[in-house]
Amino acid sequence: MTIRLDAVRWSASGRVIVDGVTLDVAPGSTLGLVGPNGSGKSSLLRLVCRLRRVASGVVTLDGTDVAALPRLAVARRVALVEQQAGTEAQLNVRQVVALGRTPHLGALAPWTTADAEAVETALDQVGMAERRDQPWHTLSGGERQRVQIARALAQEPRELLLDEPTNHLDIRHQLEILGLVRRLPATVMVALHDLNLAAMFCDTLAVLQAGRIVAAGPPEAVLDEELIRSVFGVRARVGRSPHHGRPQVEYLVDV
Amino acid sequence: MRDEGRPRLDGWPLRAALAALSVAALVLAIGLAVSTGEMRIPLAAALGAICDRIFGTAFAPSRIQAGIVWDYRLSRALVAACCGATLALCGAILQALLRNPLAEPYVLGISAGASTGAVAVLIVGFGGDVLTLSGGAFLGAVAAVALVALLAAGAGGGTDRVILAGVAGSQLFNAVTSYIVTTSASAEQARGVMFWLLGSLGGVRWPDVYLAAPVALAGFAVAAFHARALDAFAFGSDAAAALGVPVGRVRAVLFGLTAAMAATMVSMVGSIGFVGLVVPHAARFLVGPGHARLLPASLVMGAIFMVLADVVSRILVPQQVLPIGVVTALVGAPAFAAILYRSRRLA
Repeated sequence: MTIRLDAVRWSASGRVIVDGVTLDVAPGSTLGLVGPNGSGKSSLLRLVCRLRRVASGVVTLDGTDVAALPRLAVARRVALVEQQAGTEAQLNVRQVVALGRTPHLGALAPWTTADAEAVETALDQVGMAERRDQPWHTLSGGERQRVQIARALAQEPRELLLDEPTNHLDIRHQLEILGLVRRLPATVMVALHDLNLAAMFCDTLAVLQAGRIVAAGPPEAVLDEELIRSVFGVRARVGRSPHHGRPQVEYLVDV
Repeated sequence: MRDEGRPRLDGWPLRAALAALSVAALVLAIGLAVSTGEMRIPLAAALGAICDRIFGTAFAPSRIQAGIVWDYRLSRALVAACCGATLALCGAILQALLRNPLAEPYVLGISAGASTGAVAVLIVGFGGDVLTLSGGAFLGAVAAVALVALLAAGAGGGTDRVILAGVAGSQLFNAVTSYIVTTSASAEQARGVMFWLLGSLGGVRWPDVYLAAPVALAGFAVAAFHARALDAFAFGSDAAAALGVPVGRVRAVLFGLTAAMAATMVSMVGSIGFVGLVVPHAARFLVGPGHARLLPASLVMGAIFMVLADVVSRILVPQQVLPIGVVTALVGAPAFAAILYRSRRLA
């Protein structure tokens, strides 16, 4: 249990966003967070990497309360990929990825070959190595997302948090990125909208509704017609893929 | 944000050569400044006079020339250099922290606040014997930073709101300055208001150098220590925090630093606009966006820019010295427009 949340609550401007979440993420596993818009997925990820402080409850990494860890210590082991990333700075792809080395470098330490290698490996992993010199603001939305993921990988995290990383990606890159994330030795928490992708790539799922976890466990135990109707308000049929054996959701709408 | 693979400006020898070259350019600009004026003094004679003072040689042809060079022109050029360097540094820091290419002390009203503070001490006697001119300027600058931060947060906090808040702040402080001057000042003092609003290096002497130089160098040291943190702000304060940057502390230190640096310069030479805006952009164009290079480049280029602007202000109109703020604005306002146009196209 590298990441553990115990009765975590958090509210913003008087509204409870995360309402008593208890969760264990096994080392090296991939946990998918699913739930409707505004159900608290993004907030939960921010609480895990201490960008926000819990109102009550506790978040631990390997048994240590994150509130007791210095920000730098958290950044050295936890990387976050946000939903939206924008900048006014005229950075190129490599410079953005190199930002991932910030927590390992400190204020004055010189850039080493190990840092350069981490950056190159990360660029390779997301398939952006050939675009390393391209300006950030000329990239498409999907390419920016991949560069941000490379930045997170250059951070060499033990825990990787991704907030809807497949937004803006074409289908091939959705599959590639989630496949990559799954193969990483890191413990992963990923917020996803696509239930089929979540079922295919995650070891466990946690379903959020109004800040509470309403179901958690392996995809085949969590995803069923009743849950999808009550959480998302959508009629669906859940079967098994004959190809990969994972649950597959078919939405029952009249076209 | 180092860029090991980039072919230009790489490797120690090239970087050292570049540093030497830029310092040489600064020395040359200062040489030009000390030889230009109502009495033209040949560059060799001017440099000789400086050499005499420092090394006890006897190169200078006349004592009058030597006196003009050392007592008036050199101190003036050095304060101009420190001032330009500091304002450019402030601009580079504020642009990174606020993620806005238009941020700088003048646009954000920090210079106006410092002017108000200085005028309040000078004319009204605000603060009694306790508060010095620089102290008043610093309080004014801090008040301006606080007001702009409050206004920007109240307006929704976006990266563009802070500029609007700065415009409101500088209008307010300039109005207060003018109010103080018209109601409390003697006719002679009133004439001096132009000084605070447009900037002037007229009254600058050696004691000003002893204040300006340490502030510029110490400010640079603190800023350079935060170079990586400033890089990390590229994608916003949450992204910086996720990279381990202690965002609250870094912001407090660097906003305090820019307020102190801007206030020191304003208390000596009045509020001079656009240097902090134009120079960091020019520096970024030459050395890229990484702050490990951008901060020293802004420092040196700001110094050179201001020394040359001072020379221009003295020779543009015969027999008359223009306020230096007029010269920097003549260069800066078109540059401001260009940056505005470019950032709109990028968005």
